[in-house]
This record gives sequence, structure tokens and C-alpha cells, in this order.
Amino acid sequence: MNALLDVRGLNAWYGESHVLHGVDMQIREGETVTLLGRNGVGKTTTLRTIMGIIRQRKGTLRFNDQDMMPVPLHKTARHGLGFVPEERGIFASLSVIENLMLPPQIAKNGMTVDEIFELFPNLHERRNSPGTKLSGGEQQMLAIARILRTGVRMLLLDEPTEGLAPVIVQRIGDVLIRLKQRGITVLLVEQNFRFASRVADRFYLMDHGHIQSEFPVAQLGERMDELHKVLGV
Amino acid sequence: MTMVFGVPLPALLGQLLIGLINGSFYALLSLGLAIIFGLLRMINFAHGAQYMLGAFTAYLLLHFAGIGYWPALILTPIIVGVFGAVIERLFLQRLYGLDPLYGLLFTFGLALMLEGIFRYYYGASGQPYATPPSLAGGTNLGFMFLPNYRGWVVVASLVVCIGTWLLIEKTKLGAYLRAATENSTLVQAFGVNVPILLTLTYGLGVALAAFAGVLAAPIYQVSPLMGSNIIIVVFAVVVVGGMGSILGAIVTGYVLGITEGLTKVFYPEASNTVIFVIMAIVLLVRPAGLFGRE
Repeated sequence: MNALLDVRGLNAWYGESHVLHGVDMQIREGETVTLLGRNGVGKTTTLRTIMGIIRQRKGTLRFNDQDMMPVPLHKTARHGLGFVPEERGIFASLSVIENLMLPPQIAKNGMTVDEIFELFPNLHERRNSPGTKLSGGEQQMLAIARILRTGVRMLLLDEPTEGLAPVIVQRIGDVLIRLKQRGITVLLVEQNFRFASRVADRFYLMDHGHIQSEFPVAQLGERMDELHKVLGV
Repeated sequence: MTMVFGVPLPALLGQLLIGLINGSFYALLSLGLAIIFGLLRMINFAHGAQYMLGAFTAYLLLHFAGIGYWPALILTPIIVGVFGAVIERLFLQRLYGLDPLYGLLFTFGLALMLEGIFRYYYGASGQPYATPPSLAGGTNLGFMFLPNYRGWVVVASLVVCIGTWLLIEKTKLGAYLRAATENSTLVQAFGVNVPILLTLTYGLGVALAAFAGVLAAPIYQVSPLMGSNIIIVVFAVVVVGGMGSILGAIVTGYVLGITEGLTKVFYPEASNTVIFVIMAIVLLVRPAGLFGRE
């Protein structure tokens, strides 16, 4: 089966600084894959380069068998890729409902607003509040929900549990499991591998701008020494 | 005669009306500037010249095509707005991401060129533009005589300002604009064509200036220098309202116009400087402006 996302030899630069050194990863439709690694190894850059936000890039990047390298940023989403940034990107001048309705719908199989409010009841209660008045956990829910409404095939999710209370992290884990049940493919950047092990099928371990190793969730126990060494935990 | 604070009521109301009319132009022009600055982060120094271009386009439409005031009021903002959009596509797009000084210098140069072209052909003195016959004359309100055209200017300005505010605050397009003002990269990643949005925004801001220019033509005459005479005051209005604040630009435009009018009644010596004094105080007390976000 062909990979939905096929990345080979992906390099990226911030100006003169060479950040990604030949990233390779293949993700099949419906998989949840976690990209693990310490701060600064290039995890967020990998997501931003796949999404097309970082344009100084080289290599092969195919999504759904289409070459994504020449696709401009505003057309990437229409191919079915959705991005939730680490800082969540909730707009202060927009209410919760305006934030939710902002991204244009790209496919009909997205979640309806009713489904979203059923999954995230807090958002319904606070739908007319300014988006940035929500708690960190609620903002994360809103950031995920607004992408799910668009009908994306694959979600690039950058550290969704960063700075959140354990009970909220648990809730986000539940949401990711629901996404998996709906068949949505997820590439998750995470430092918390215990959280990731709840939702991921496979892991990529990243170091110094390239993929160091890849293993399924079943091998997590045997890989602890390597994880401790690379993650410094 | 009824007196208010030692001033005859008709004199006070007359100056209030003049203040309200000036405020109508301040609001329309500062609204365009605020929209452009909010999304493009560009200080559009050509805004005054684009206002002048609006007045001249109406004048040229009348003299060369026989197109009168009412069709010109619709056609001129479209023509000048498209001109603005072309300028944005050809030149301004190359300046995004650079120091804002480049945009300011480019638009300043553009303003000088536009003014220079019209001064070459029409000289510095104004060209008359007749008030449309349907708005000639005035209405006796009992306490004062209101020229119909000036009443229309206030109403038209209010309608366009409120309409623009509703467009930005209550529509999907406005939500894109507000979101792109905060984080244009993310809005693009959502699938919105932000480069087109920037072009439309600049075109809209320029069209508002051109609309104000057509409204101004029968009152102030059509002169190549009419833009540079008003633009500094309009920049002060935008700073007081808060750079990029739409509501701030509208409210401050009217309030400062009226304040200027009242100053003419109570302390005429300060009437030319009152707006700048207010700007200095606001900058000291609240640098982000009255409606701006800190």
C-alpha cells in the first residue's frame, strides 16, 4: 500500500542555517505516527516544512501521490493536509465560533459544528467569548476542532500537550483516539512519549535534523535505553 | 438670541456642522489607512494622493465623458481601487517582509509623482466641481441653515464607515482579514489565498480614499494639493485611534473633526493644532492609541 505521506531526503533551511538534513518518513492512511526528539532537533521544522510554511526546502515530498514541493502554502490545505501549531494560533480578535469557522472547508467529510460541540462541550458554552479568553486546554481543543471541521485527511499536530494539566492531556489523548477511529491520519510531534504511546502506531526518533530510528509502539519497552539517551529523560 | 457658554447657538451649531463634515473626511480617510496598515503593516503615504486622484477622476469623468456626480460616486472608487490593486501587485508585494520604511518611502514617492503629474497639467489652483443639482440649496432647520450637500456628505460617510465596519466585523471575509492581521502565515496554511486578500485590502483602502475624494470635490474644489493638505491630520487621527484599529479610526475621525470645529468657536488660535496636541497627549498616556491593543 502506498504511503499517504511520503517524505524522502527532506532538507530545510532558515536563511543560512541548515536545519533538516535529509528527513525520510512514510505514513500510511489512518496511521497515527509520533515524531519524538529533544528540543531543537527539528521536529517542528519538519511539520512546518511538510506543510509548506518553510519554503527553503529540497527533497521529495509527496502527499496522496502528488508532488507537494511546488504547491503554494495556501493550496496545501486543499490537498487535505491540516496543521495545528504548537502555539495553537487562536486569533484574539475572533470569537470561539469565528475561530472555529475560519478555515475554509476542503471536503464534505469534516466534522459538523454539532459533532464538534458534542466532542468539546466547553467550546459550545463559550462559543461567543474571545478565542484567547479560553484556558490553554480549551484553546488546544479549539485549535484541533477547527481543523477537523475542514475535512482534512491528515493532521500535523505540534506538541498538543505542551504546558497542559494531566487531566487535559488525558482528554486530548481521548480526542486523538476518536480521530483514529474516524480514519484520520495524524503526524504528532511530542516529547511526552508516555502520552504518545497511548495513541501512536509507530514512532520516529529524530536527532540533529534527521530520523535516527523508527519502531512500532509494541517495541517501546525494548527501546527505553535509546529513548532515554536521545530524549535525555 | 440663545447663547451657549457665551457663544450664539447658530455660530456654535455652524462650527459643529463644519467639524462634523471635516470629521466625515477624517473618518473615511483614516478608515482606509487603518485597514491598509492593519493587514499590510504598511504606512500608505500615498493615501492623500489617492484621495486627490478620486476627486480628479470624478472631474475628468465629467469633463471628458460627460459622466456626472452620481455615477462617478460609484465608478471612481472602482477605477481608483483597481489602480491601487495594480500598484499593490506590481510594487508593494515586493516590499513585504522588508523594513516598513521601504513601504513608507515608496508610497511617499508615489504621492509626489501623482501630485506632480496633476500639477503639471492643472496647476496648483483648484478646479471647480459643481454640486449635483439634486443636492443644491439648503434646508432651514429652524436653528440653522443646513446646505443639503453637506448633510449628504455626513450621511454618506456614516453609511460607508458603518458598512465597512460591518464588512470587517461581521462577515467571513472580515474574519479572514482580522485573522490575517494577527497571523497571516497560519491563515494561509488554512487554505486562504492571503496574497489576493492583501491586494483586495489595499484596493479597498484606496477605494475609500477615492470615495472621500469624490465627496470632497464639490466642497473643496479639485486640487492636486488637496491630499497633502489633509493627510497629516489623517495620520494624527489614525495614531490617536490606534494604528490598525478600524473602530478607532472611525470614532476618532468624527470626534476629532468635531473637537476641531468646537475649538474654532472657543479658542480659534488653537484650531489648527488641537488635533496634534491631542495626539501628543495620547502618545504619552496610551502609546497604542485610544482603541489600539497594547
